[in-house]
Amino acid sequence: MKDWRYWLAEQRGTLLAFGIFIAMFVIYTSNHPAGFTANVVQTASNKGVLLAFVAMAQTLVVITAGIDLSVGMIFTLTNCLASWLVIGTGIETAFGVVAVLGTGLLCGAINGAIVIYGRLQPIVATIATGAVYFGIALLLRPFPGGSVNEDLADALTGRLFGVVPASLVVLLAVVLLVWVPFSRSVLGRAAYAAGSSEMAAYMSGVPIRRGKFAAYALGGLLAAIGGLFLTFFTYTGDAAYASGNAYTLFSIAAVVLGGVSLFGGKGSAIGAIFGALAFRTIGDLLFVFDFDPLWQPLFQGVILLIAVSLGAFVLFRVRNRLEWFL
Amino acid sequence: MDGAVPLFRMEGISKRYGGVRALEKAEISVTSGSIHAILGENGAGKSTLIKVMAGVIAPDEGRMTMDGSEVNFASPAAANQAGIVCIFQELSLVPELSVADNIVISDPPKRFGMIDRKAQRRIAEEALVRAGAADIHPLALVRDLPLSRRQMVEIAKALARKPRILILDEATSALTAADVAKIFGVLKRLRSEGLALLYISHRMNEIAELADQCTVFRNGRNVASYKAGSKTDNEVVELMIGREYSHIFPPKPVRAPTTAAPVLEARKLSWTDRLDNVSLTVGAGEVVGLGGLDGQGQRELLLAFFGVLRGLSGQILIDGKPVAIASPSAARGDRIGMALIPEDRKTEGLMLPMTVRENLSFAALDRLSRAGIIDRATEQRLIDDMVALLAIKTAGLDIPVGALSGGNQQKVVIAKWLMRQPRIILLNDPTRGIDVGTKQELYQLMRKLADAGAAILFYSTDYDELIGCCDRVLVLYDGAVKRELVGAEITERALIASALNIHGDDAGLKHGEDASLKQGENA
Repeated sequence: MKDWRYWLAEQRGTLLAFGIFIAMFVIYTSNHPAGFTANVVQTASNKGVLLAFVAMAQTLVVITAGIDLSVGMIFTLTNCLASWLVIGTGIETAFGVVAVLGTGLLCGAINGAIVIYGRLQPIVATIATGAVYFGIALLLRPFPGGSVNEDLADALTGRLFGVVPASLVVLLAVVLLVWVPFSRSVLGRAAYAAGSSEMAAYMSGVPIRRGKFAAYALGGLLAAIGGLFLTFFTYTGDAAYASGNAYTLFSIAAVVLGGVSLFGGKGSAIGAIFGALAFRTIGDLLFVFDFDPLWQPLFQGVILLIAVSLGAFVLFRVRNRLEWFL
Repeated sequence: MDGAVPLFRMEGISKRYGGVRALEKAEISVTSGSIHAILGENGAGKSTLIKVMAGVIAPDEGRMTMDGSEVNFASPAAANQAGIVCIFQELSLVPELSVADNIVISDPPKRFGMIDRKAQRRIAEEALVRAGAADIHPLALVRDLPLSRRQMVEIAKALARKPRILILDEATSALTAADVAKIFGVLKRLRSEGLALLYISHRMNEIAELADQCTVFRNGRNVASYKAGSKTDNEVVELMIGREYSHIFPPKPVRAPTTAAPVLEARKLSWTDRLDNVSLTVGAGEVVGLGGLDGQGQRELLLAFFGVLRGLSGQILIDGKPVAIASPSAARGDRIGMALIPEDRKTEGLMLPMTVRENLSFAALDRLSRAGIIDRATEQRLIDDMVALLAIKTAGLDIPVGALSGGNQQKVVIAKWLMRQPRIILLNDPTRGIDVGTKQELYQLMRKLADAGAAILFYSTDYDELIGCCDRVLVLYDGAVKRELVGAEITERALIASALNIHGDDAGLKHGEDASLKQGENA
């Protein structure tokens, strides 16, 4: 086989998510009263990147065969923190941004430390840490409020050269600065190897623990970038429990739609980004086709259920039934 | 070879697991530019030896020297650093990564802190060519390769680490004949390049073709080293036998010939590449053993009977009538009445945190309950019967089964199945890791159950048990039954020779038996 075929096979999940998103987005814009305009794209992009950042965060952890149920709460916590800190002069704002991102990194690092060194199951560990992160968020913002440096917020949620949504440019920059180096580093490979077969990775002398730790910590950082962006859009901080939980849930849907295997070791954050954008477009489609918004959560739930079920198909190929339980 | 300075030496290496001695003052020396074969039966200490060499486990005592200076390996990575690379039986490849990713996994080439994919590709291609597997594409995912190709990648991966000593543990067992020929060419070339190769195999013809030097292990010691070709196969078998006889077995009754259909029969069972046209019968009151080296399809055969494997071809007959056994719950049902005592009691046999009582009644819950409610009185009566029958030592029925000793845990596993009064009992190496006293109780019990009419199929890695317990033994090799030994034919010598697929002359059997007994007394 030619090289490009292998490349294609590897990227199949990502390309599929890309295709689904494009198809849905075309249907959406062609039925939108305003049509395909810079304004419509900007609004869609601003809504989409929030979930895209959280989905990238989830991808990093899922690759290690783990799951991070605290991503939504890190997203909420950093939103509340940003509504206090990302304000004032340029220097003060910059300090605030660094502090918010650092907090996300720390949250992710705590998750990683508990899972790796405490040997707890990721699902249990991150439910607990997520509850803690939400508790802190609530203390920071008992009621919605606060403010943000509006110049920065407007610049990052506006358009470049009048057409390109700035939030998309930031998303691209994060992919280039965080995802690409990670996925091509030894640590990134260790994260994949640990997710695919931890024992084989151990026997090969792969730095499993450092790889997994990096995945959890960077996951926290990416969720914080999402939280920061939420502040830029809303100009406020809000410790909204339901919204935090929804982001966690949607991040899992986005990851699966993006071709990332919940069994670990397979998939890419770029796929998850398209998965996130596609998932967001579902809501927009319901809107342009005048569905009752009450139906939207049910509809999203069904999509999530179908998406996670697809992952179980490999079990039909197993010939020794004891392997079901491994 | 003789007189050459050894590259690597092990002296007085011992390793114990609990009370079991896996290695006892073992010695070996490895020379550059030679292939050194290690032989021995199950549990002779081969695997422990190479795990010590490869830094996977630390020895309790003894010293290792490389180039004359003492070395200690804290991890597999440390052994790799020193130039010792091991290809284990269990594959160490990561399935979702590409071939190239896997080949460089321990030490990927880097540029600006990131993995240099071009260099990685180049290293992988070179290594694949050196391993004689240039047909494997470096970008292919390991998951998509068949087992034999994966084994070739495993070898390429080892070569990419530039080893000075390469250890191959049954590395050819998954390969096709064409691959084996290729690998032999590669191994001979590596030898001429000055590598030291340690080759562990149960295939005598491979050893004859490849090895320069052979060392035989028995009971954790190296009992003989000789130049390859200087001993006949029968002499080699002679060296391998001589396990210490330490168990007392119940007498075997003389079986009257019967015309009744066998309780359990298999006709040409095949499954993937692990089972190859296996046919066998087990009659009522008979204990049939499964012998052979570990991993020749014995476990799969038991799982096949118990309805665990999918895609099985061939026929299973119960009382002479063909049946389809779709699942363990069908196998244990009244019509078939089968029980499987699994190999790993901790994962397949018991729910460790649950109580002894709960564990005992798991397999028989359907019989103990009416309309879904467990009848406590019946349960208590049956449990009391079982605890008495097997003499289970427990501080109470309501403590977690994990708190019992290994031997008593195993008794619980057996008891829970006996509560169903099975007619067919499959045992998968049931005495592994339990004390001698409990073992003897199990041997008595097995015979008692057979006398009461059960058909028993018994897999054991301990040849001693097969000799002491079985009316007949089927020896498996590469998933096929290679030999059937009946009654007095079941000797250690015959078991080892057929496990290695050597056609030993039966005339020598008597003599060999005597010799092994003598050695046992001396050891």
